Amino acid sequence: MSVLLIAEHDNSKLKPFTFNAITAASKIDADVHVLVAGTSCENVSKEASNISLVKKVLLCDSPNYQNYLPENLAPLVIKVSEKYDHIVASANTFGKNFMPRVAAVLDVSQVSDIIKVNGPDTFVRPIYAGNAFATVKSNDKKKCVTIRPTSFDAAEKSGGSAPVEKVEAVDIPSTSKFIKREETKSERPELGTARIVVSGGRGLESGENFKLINDIADKLNAAVGASRAAVDAGYISNDHQVGQTGKVVVPDLYIAVGISGAIQHLAGMKESKIIVAINKDGEAPIFSVADYGLEADLFTALPEFLSELNKLNTIQK
Amino acid sequence: MKILVAVKRVIDYNVQIRVKEDGSGVHTDNVKMSTNPPDDNAVEESVKLKESGKVKEIVAISIGEDKAQESIRKALAVGADKGIHVKADSYIEPLGIAKILKKIVEKEKPDMVFLGKQAIDDDCNQTGQMLGAMLNWPQATFSSKLNIKEKSLEVVREIDEGLETLEINLPAIVTCDLRLNEPRFASLPNIMKAKKKPMELLNAKDMGVDLKNRIEQLKVEEPPKRKAGIKVTSVAELVSKLKNEAKVI
Repeated sequence: MSVLLIAEHDNSKLKPFTFNAITAASKIDADVHVLVAGTSCENVSKEASNISLVKKVLLCDSPNYQNYLPENLAPLVIKVSEKYDHIVASANTFGKNFMPRVAAVLDVSQVSDIIKVNGPDTFVRPIYAGNAFATVKSNDKKKCVTIRPTSFDAAEKSGGSAPVEKVEAVDIPSTSKFIKREETKSERPELGTARIVVSGGRGLESGENFKLINDIADKLNAAVGASRAAVDAGYISNDHQVGQTGKVVVPDLYIAVGISGAIQHLAGMKESKIIVAINKDGEAPIFSVADYGLEADLFTALPEFLSELNKLNTIQK
Repeated sequence: MKILVAVKRVIDYNVQIRVKEDGSGVHTDNVKMSTNPPDDNAVEESVKLKESGKVKEIVAISIGEDKAQESIRKALAVGADKGIHVKADSYIEPLGIAKILKKIVEKEKPDMVFLGKQAIDDDCNQTGQMLGAMLNWPQATFSSKLNIKEKSLEVVREIDEGLETLEINLPAIVTCDLRLNEPRFASLPNIMKAKKKPMELLNAKDMGVDLKNRIEQLKVEEPPKRKAGIKVTSVAELVSKLKNEAKVI
């Protein structure tokens, strides 16, 4: 039976992770329906209907859903989900926020943060911060599943023309009020989706020295990450933190500078395609996951790295 | 005001997890256990609110085997007033845990329930939100700043894009992020005093809720290992490898 995917968007366009979640949903069942709930979000429903993997779009355009408050969104999802066996969303701060409310009301045990679909009821999910992978089978009739977006490719944005069907809003409890959202402004790509991430750790010794990291990141059009140690030491803000307690990233290239490689940091980056470690301690655990390790003092290696990059004729963007 | 704060005993975050060879789970025998890190933040925030005079009573609850009492005692040692241990000898999914917590909330009538944002063992990130839905209470997940008003809470939450500020009516559910505060350590005299604080003992199977797990764990395995890399001797060699061998820049 069909899969209902709850789209994450900003009322004008779909958020990137929705495309990854659509791919995962299509592996559960080919008949993927997307619910777009928001305010003046008709453009989003058009964008969703263009995706070739999407077979139907449900549009609920109402002031109730402008800010995706979970207390408001969950009752709508529950109502719409009557006809579906699977309810699916990204396992990011959007999906994590509302999906358990849906599952609780439906009396379903949610399967969180899956990285692989083995069948309509069987999934693989990381536990212990990715130090173990569990294969689990859901015995609930209806299934609530959240998807780790970085484990699935993004769906093709075109080639489809799914019908858009309007659905009615449902009553909201009015127990919560949105006040504001402060998005971290950055010229650089977002940490969660960047192709290259350059991260600094306690080895940087100060916040000012993060300039060395920033310079490399700018040259490579990379996002800037950090270890928890660097965040705790106040060198950089928490939204840069990579690891079990921060963000999980899976870039093509991850460059760890002055990071020893604590378990909790490795959990956030060890699935990266290529890992580079620059550290003066040759015994640092980060070298055990690095494809290329450079045992060197970062204060001489980073400026040299930048000048070597400057010598290159082309750099992939 | 009264706060119910939920704590879970998990494998310590500094322990290297070892998967059992038969695929049935991970090794827990003789492994250091401690309170789930963000649950410590939940306890700390409760205690700070009590110190500021806004909260009168803190009840700390843990659901699990007998040793779960260690996490409750730790909360009592830093300032919680009373403990509730709901004994459960086997794993209960977040859905079941939320059902037990709902029963406790109906009895204790707190104004707020504080929980960690996620447990670092099963990594589900569900319990607080599920409890919120079951009670029909609003929630603030991933909270990094709290401001209690008369009948509501103003909360700053950590979201993927940055920060979000909400105002939610009381009673409410708050799940705590590590950025919320810096948990204190208990002093020895307070650890001794905590032993005299009341601890109510209950049993999960007497709670009158359906605790049957719905998810079967078919197997647990080690994640695929990365193949050993190489050490390069110079920055120039590194850049050349990235450009010509890995082809990522």
